[in-house]
Amino acid sequence: MSRLLTQSRFANPDEAFVAIVDAHRDLAPEASAALDARLVLLLANHIGDIAVLKEALAAAREGLADSRAG
Amino acid sequence: MTELYKRAAVFQFEYRRSPDQDAAAPVRRPIVVVGAGPIGLATAIDLAERGNAVVLLDDADRIGEGSRGLCYSKRALEILDRLGAGEQVVEKGVSWKLGKVFFRNDKVYEFDLLPEAGHKMPAFVNLQQFYLEQYLVERALDLDNLEIRWSNRVTGLDNRPDGVGLTIDTPDGPYVLETDWLIAADGARSSLRDMVGAGFIGRTFEDQFLIADINMKADFPPERWFWFEPPFHGGQSALLHRQPDDTWRIDFQIGIEADARKEQEPERVRARLDRMLEGRDYSLVWVSVYKFQCRRMENFRHGRVFFAGDSAHQVSPFGARGANSGLEDAENIAWKLDLVLKGEAPESLLDTYHLERSAAADMNIGHSTRSTDFISPKGPAAIGYRNAVLDLSRRFDFARRMVNSGRLSTPATYETPLSTPDADTFAGAARLGAPLPDAPLRNVDGFDVWLLEALGDDFTLIVFADGAAPAVPDGVTLLDIGAGWSDPKGMLAERLDATPGATYLVRPDQHLAARWRHYDPALVAAALDRAKGIVK
Ligand SMILES: Cc1cc2nc3c(=O)[nH]c(=O)nc-3n(C[C@H](O)[C@H](O)[C@H](O)COP(=O)(O)OP(=O)(O)OC[C@H]3O[C@@H](n4cnc5c(N)ncnc54)[C@H](O)[C@@H]3O)c2cc1C
Repeated sequence: MSRLLTQSRFANPDEAFVAIVDAHRDLAPEASAALDARLVLLLANHIGDIAVLKEALAAAREGLADSRAG
Repeated sequence: MTELYKRAAVFQFEYRRSPDQDAAAPVRRPIVVVGAGPIGLATAIDLAERGNAVVLLDDADRIGEGSRGLCYSKRALEILDRLGAGEQVVEKGVSWKLGKVFFRNDKVYEFDLLPEAGHKMPAFVNLQQFYLEQYLVERALDLDNLEIRWSNRVTGLDNRPDGVGLTIDTPDGPYVLETDWLIAADGARSSLRDMVGAGFIGRTFEDQFLIADINMKADFPPERWFWFEPPFHGGQSALLHRQPDDTWRIDFQIGIEADARKEQEPERVRARLDRMLEGRDYSLVWVSVYKFQCRRMENFRHGRVFFAGDSAHQVSPFGARGANSGLEDAENIAWKLDLVLKGEAPESLLDTYHLERSAAADMNIGHSTRSTDFISPKGPAAIGYRNAVLDLSRRFDFARRMVNSGRLSTPATYETPLSTPDADTFAGAARLGAPLPDAPLRNVDGFDVWLLEALGDDFTLIVFADGAAPAVPDGVTLLDIGAGWSDPKGMLAERLDATPGATYLVRPDQHLAARWRHYDPALVAAALDRAKGIVK
């Protein structure tokens, strides 16, 4: 049973995407990583549901090479 | 641990030759405890107070100074109180309940560990571990059926199904002692663990911490202060605790690369302290460098040998879970072994020691591992998220609650076959399987006493009177609230969510075993059997 909503939810998806990318403009890679970390923490808390968070983490990790494997 | 500073003896004891060393054949004892650290002492005292003859062996003949345990939890104090040392610890120690966390120059988080009144014991007491050990030794010396043998080092162990044989080295040479049951409380580097062939699995943290005890007259309040990246200790963390005798404990994170010997040189330590203490006068008492482990034995019971305290499990000190959880081990094994020796419980009750205490160890290891990972994050992602939490904590409540400078020791709630599952619903602070929350009571003679003092050494039944007179099983202490006893402030009723007739069965270690809305002797009898491990 999936609780993570993966259907499109924004009225204007392009605007949401651009807002995220724009927020990183002019940031050095380290600051950019810091922004992402803060954003993830803020949004995770907003969701406030550990099951949804774990599902999102699993979905985000899928397909990424796992250096620990093998 | 590397040492530059000499460990002076704080208390010196004497080796005495025991008649057992001259016996023609090895003498057999019912209970031997190995290790006179806080946990071995507590176990031995508890068993002796319950009427058992106990021999306690220790390889040293003194209590040495040094920076070890410091913060004793409310639950540990309650256990010590039952053993007769709690009031001394509180009187000598520094009571505190407020913790403050700073990030760079700002306070980002504050916690109050005991926001309510009506408990005998404070949230935490800071006390040098050697004082705790001294008080426990003094208490042990009061007990005729507890014999401490100093300078007795266990060097061999024969763990047979019918008993345990010990080879013991002394200043007069070795001797052999037999025992029915053995408690191994011989510390983190336990050799008895090796002797039973058991491993010690878990994580070692590479990060090093410089620990300084200093003497200083200062008017800081008795609180726990933790700094992430303070200006006086760039990039790393620091922790300050107040102890009695104008002594203060300071922990400096010094990283993986630091040279432990060099960092302990007085000039280097002083340079760090001067930056922190801004011109205050102080003197160094004791300095050491530690690395930490989080690990436990797979099984705390090996036949007739039970492991307790640091020999069974080790945690990092962030959260003060070492000695505190070891004292919970001590009281868990003591009442169970006592009942088995008295023939009131089946031997299988002893297996629940491992079951309950290994689950508690896992909880403690989990907490102390997460704290250590937060304090010394490894890898760019972990460091990035840790710093993001700290940055956000200046502005947002949710991030403050993620700041982990150590989650301080709380007692274990046992999910155990010894508990009778709730059939009725209860709110309130009390939880099935957890120690009862304390509360002020008035006894039959009209004197004010604390609930935890009033509980019996064996099982206790608390009944909130509804007119009927409960028939109490043999050996069970009755607290009839509202009949003989009273709850003048209503705190007990509130904490237990009691209504007239509500009935609570409490184990000898003060953990709640069963509760009902109405007293029913058959249910009480069944729950009592169950709590003793008797399966019918
Ligand atoms: C820096 C630091 C800070 C800490 N802070 C806290 C804190 O704030 N709160 C807290 O609860 N805990 C704290 N701890 C942990 C605490 O010190 C330990 O958990 C505690 O000492 C464990 O007690 P123990 O009795 O199990 O073992 P130990 O205290 O190690 O005692 C073991 C005893 O066994 C004896 N022994 C060993 N081998 C043999 C043998 N073969 N034969 C006979 N005797 C033997 C030893 O001489 C010793 O007396 C801290 C630890 C450190 C290092």
